[in-house]
Amino acid sequence: MTNNDDLAQNANLEPKPGEKKEMKTQTTPHSLADVASSREVKQPGTKPLGSGLEARGVHAWFGAKHALKDVTLDFAAGTVTALIGPSGCGKSTFLRTLNRMHEFIPTAALAGEVLLGGKDIYASGTDVTKIRLRIGMVFQKPNPFPSMSIGENVLSGLKLSQTKVSNKEDLLEECLVRAGLWNEVKDRLSAHGGSLSGGQQQRLCIARSLAVSPQVLLMDEPCSALDPGSTLRIEDTIRELSETMTIVIVTHNMQQAARVSDYTAFFLSDGGPGEMIEAAPTSRIFSSPQDKRTEDYVTGRFG
Amino acid sequence: MKTVTIKPGTPWEPTAKERGQKTLNLLIAVAISFVLLYSTGLNGKLGWVAAFFFSYVSVSFIAEYRRAGKPAAQDSLLTSISRFAIFLAIIPIVSILATVVSKGWRGLHWGLFTQDMSEATVNSPIQEGGMLAAIVGTLIMVGLALIFTLPIAILTALYLTEIKGKFARPIRFLVQAMSGVPSIVAGLFILSSIVYPVTGERSGLMGALALSILMIPTVARTAEEVLLLIPNDLREAGLALGATQWRTVAMVVVPAVKSGLVTAVILGVARVIGETAPILLVSGGGDATNLNPVSGPMGSIPFYVWNAFLLGGSEESTQRTWAGLLVLLLWVLILFTIARYISSRSQKR
Repeated sequence: MTNNDDLAQNANLEPKPGEKKEMKTQTTPHSLADVASSREVKQPGTKPLGSGLEARGVHAWFGAKHALKDVTLDFAAGTVTALIGPSGCGKSTFLRTLNRMHEFIPTAALAGEVLLGGKDIYASGTDVTKIRLRIGMVFQKPNPFPSMSIGENVLSGLKLSQTKVSNKEDLLEECLVRAGLWNEVKDRLSAHGGSLSGGQQQRLCIARSLAVSPQVLLMDEPCSALDPGSTLRIEDTIRELSETMTIVIVTHNMQQAARVSDYTAFFLSDGGPGEMIEAAPTSRIFSSPQDKRTEDYVTGRFG
Repeated sequence: MKTVTIKPGTPWEPTAKERGQKTLNLLIAVAISFVLLYSTGLNGKLGWVAAFFFSYVSVSFIAEYRRAGKPAAQDSLLTSISRFAIFLAIIPIVSILATVVSKGWRGLHWGLFTQDMSEATVNSPIQEGGMLAAIVGTLIMVGLALIFTLPIAILTALYLTEIKGKFARPIRFLVQAMSGVPSIVAGLFILSSIVYPVTGERSGLMGALALSILMIPTVARTAEEVLLLIPNDLREAGLALGATQWRTVAMVVVPAVKSGLVTAVILGVARVIGETAPILLVSGGGDATNLNPVSGPMGSIPFYVWNAFLLGGSEESTQRTWAGLLVLLLWVLILFTIARYISSRSQKR
């Protein structure tokens, strides 16, 4: 990177006052920018959601391969941030460093800090299971637990993390309602999770991660295996969830990034380690990106 | 207006004509094989099988070549050779089953399951004495071996697939090597390491220990195979919900392969239920029913068979041998049927 200072500025995702006005007056040929600017940019800190997540100078390695270089990015509480970029640019790796799933890959290594509520989740003495309880994750492929029914799947997090809840029935319904699945499964909660369609299974997985009430939800291309209808349902779900939690979503679908996210970070690898090129409010990424490479990518000129 | 009724069909199935051609090929091959049998030095059943093999392979090869050309002919060549291989593989199995059933069923009677051989000798009339001691002994020893094996083998498999510790590679190698250990070595090991220096007495417990040595590698390897089938996604999903590794394994991974683990256990039991050598060495074998595994010799079904065959010589003892074999075979068949049933049921889900 040539201009690290610029990056750091972009990484600081505070939209400047009066910015929205500017965007509306802008005439832009990009339809994605229209999509993005039609959404209201969420001002961070307006809701009492606790603190967000902050990545500070995160590097990641697999063996000798430097996969991710110096990413600094804030995720303000109650916002949706999309991570975009071509395959192999390190965005999924970055996502997995945010809840310490990165370390399950043999030979993985890491540098930098990830702060949750101001505390480094990689600090020694940190109980990693508590971290993952507060930072949930939804995976690319729907993966309901095969030995459990729909209802058991939703509540499995409680058992797995030994969390006690007073009213399981209510929690079950609440999680399924929030994941947009309640009406479809309320009559067959004891059916097998595998009997659902792919889109329903993914919403079941979202409901499952909601049951332990995380502050942050990480989503790794949650719609890449789904049809457009299911994708829209999940995007609705994401928007509703962002009322109460911070969401980070990796996506290859730029329409999706434009539709659901408040902020977008663009990652790129030029053969070396992946780097974050630019991070800004989503409408700005799609209408007036600062970096030429971002512009090329979001306008479909490469990638 | 005409109504067209559409019927479900199977247009990819061979037509009657094609099936006729196939049958004709087979008949031609049979005819050629007999010609070969009488015109060359080949003789006997084995000679006919060899002649039939060559004539059938060549006839179907030529027929396919004329019908559809070289690729189809090569295809038919491979098909007929593999059919023949299956045929050869099935012969001994069917032969063993047929022989044991036909010779053993006359020796079956209710007394087999209610009496032991303490009052009778192998040469006594067939209605006297029975296999009670042997059946009880086998059940006790295999049951105890199962209790010893189960935790060790499953935990070994979990170490190899879940913990993936530093020693996973050498341990995997050792487990594979151990599954090739001859059973007499397992018996001698228990004999020299426990029976002679410690207990000084042969007993059912010693037999169970020897059987466990044979059973652990079988169960551990099969369990490892089924655990490897679990997608990593599921483990990560469990961990991402704030679970410890132990809880993920216990609540997500193991329940997902429950039926596979049951199959592993049953294969392990089937592996040792017919073992004779280690039983002879360390449990002594006995004619009287012995329910105490820590004291006194204990019989087993393979021992019963061995005993009747070796000490007999009369028609009765021969019949006892075959009846014993039949009972043993039935046990193994029952176990394999259960294993097949459980694993097929898990695949359906």
